[in-house]
Amino acid sequence: MTERREFILNSIKTAGLVSLAGLTWSAYVDEVTAKTLILRPPGALSEPDFLSTCIKCGMCVEACANRDTKPKNAEPTLLLAKTGSNRPIGTPYFMPRDEPCYMCPEIPCVPVCPTGALDENIVSTKNKLDINKAKMGLAIVDKQNCIAYWGIQCDACYRACPLLDKAITIEYSQNKRTGKHSYLKPIVHANHCTGCGLCELACVTEKPAIFVLPLAIALGKVGDHYIKGWDKEDEKRVKNAKARLNKTDINKKSAIDNLNDAGDLY
Amino acid sequence: MNNFIKQTKYLILRRITQFAVIFLYFAGNIWGWQILTGNLSSSQLLTIVPLSDPFAVMQMFFAGAAISIDVIIGALIVTSVYAIIGGRVFCSWVCPINPITDLANYLRRKFEFNKITKRQPSTRNIRFWVLGLSFVLSFFLLVPAFEFISPISMVHRGIIFGLGFTWAVVLVIFFFDMFVLKNGWCGHICPLGAFYGIVGKFSLIRVFHDVEKCTECMKCKEVCPEVQVLPMIAKNTGQVSDSACTNCGRCLDVCEEEGALSFSILGKNS
Repeated sequence: MTERREFILNSIKTAGLVSLAGLTWSAYVDEVTAKTLILRPPGALSEPDFLSTCIKCGMCVEACANRDTKPKNAEPTLLLAKTGSNRPIGTPYFMPRDEPCYMCPEIPCVPVCPTGALDENIVSTKNKLDINKAKMGLAIVDKQNCIAYWGIQCDACYRACPLLDKAITIEYSQNKRTGKHSYLKPIVHANHCTGCGLCELACVTEKPAIFVLPLAIALGKVGDHYIKGWDKEDEKRVKNAKARLNKTDINKKSAIDNLNDAGDLY
Repeated sequence: MNNFIKQTKYLILRRITQFAVIFLYFAGNIWGWQILTGNLSSSQLLTIVPLSDPFAVMQMFFAGAAISIDVIIGALIVTSVYAIIGGRVFCSWVCPINPITDLANYLRRKFEFNKITKRQPSTRNIRFWVLGLSFVLSFFLLVPAFEFISPISMVHRGIIFGLGFTWAVVLVIFFFDMFVLKNGWCGHICPLGAFYGIVGKFSLIRVFHDVEKCTECMKCKEVCPEVQVLPMIAKNTGQVSDSACTNCGRCLDVCEEEGALSFSILGKNS
């Protein structure tokens, strides 16, 4: 009898300890994986898939640090999130203002990934690695603090962009304030921008007025309600449209009866 | 001097393998050496042989990740090696936490804490609960849950890629083992140790005890980090059957009588 009671009590005690541990443990993991403002190496899966697949071995970071094409004196681009860095610990990321991705054509960081969290297929065209297909993020211009939008001549980001005149173009417009100058405004094109962050590094303002955000944060989503009818590619989306249909029962009474019988408004 | 080497032979060998492993990974990152690249979670030996932490891969599986052939092969290689030489050989010969908890243990003995608190308040089976919890949390949180808190990979990764706040984790484990619970982390909580214990259930290398040569000094029981694996000391001849044994060889080091304790192959009876 006492033996059985002891066993049951001990089991419940252990279960209590384990649930206490589970609570703190899951709270920490939940908190740290909720951090989506983090730039991943090229070829990374979507953030939730990346977090479940990355084994935190750091081989991408090593490949980045020891690459042949590294500019002299450059620090390694990729970092491995340290303990207490408030990022998903042990996962690779980079901070363009410190060290951007130099878009090595051979992409040393991707093929070394043992788990496929960095997927070669994402950065390949016709089975050949193609860094221009990388989508690490998207550069966003803060028009309020970009001095080119003030009318001061600056094309630092435009010149720094490895996809010159594709990912960033310059739009000219008249500067009505002076009446005789032009604005040379940088415009980022999401379909070409790889999110390498060379523009963020080059930006001359104290805190960069052009900066890279993860795609999931930088981009909106149109949904199925709007289709570019003039674009054959985009029109294909109609076929898979899953728009919600809201059905409201139509009142069977005549319109006048309906209004008269509605009762008092207040 | 000869005596010193005899009494610390396995300890020194273990420290050499532990630091050699860390150094080779470290050199892989800093100088681009190709002997071992990556870290204990997943790595490549001589750029060809994949090695992966089977426990991490299992968590990935529970988290619903698509698992690549590379890591499956790597995990199988690691699992088979430890299944043969002894699962928890990882714990005492490779794991970077081991020197830390060993130091805590040493100081416990030095300051005779073990004589003040003789009763251990907790069961060593907690680690199997933590092991199960790792899988349950991985399943519900959709990430390899233990990999987010594992002090083993934190320390190991920290040494290779930058320490961050890992020193705090190291201190916590050290103080926990020294003041709160004897063999607290490695012997009670660590799910990786529990996992490798299961892997090494039928491993070949076992500590063998010859009762006829035993002087009953009980030094082996004093130093053993998993003392429940040595029930036969001074009682009967036989092998360690409990796979919680890490094959650390400390008992062989401290043993007074040549041959009373030795490494043997599974199945040796006399």
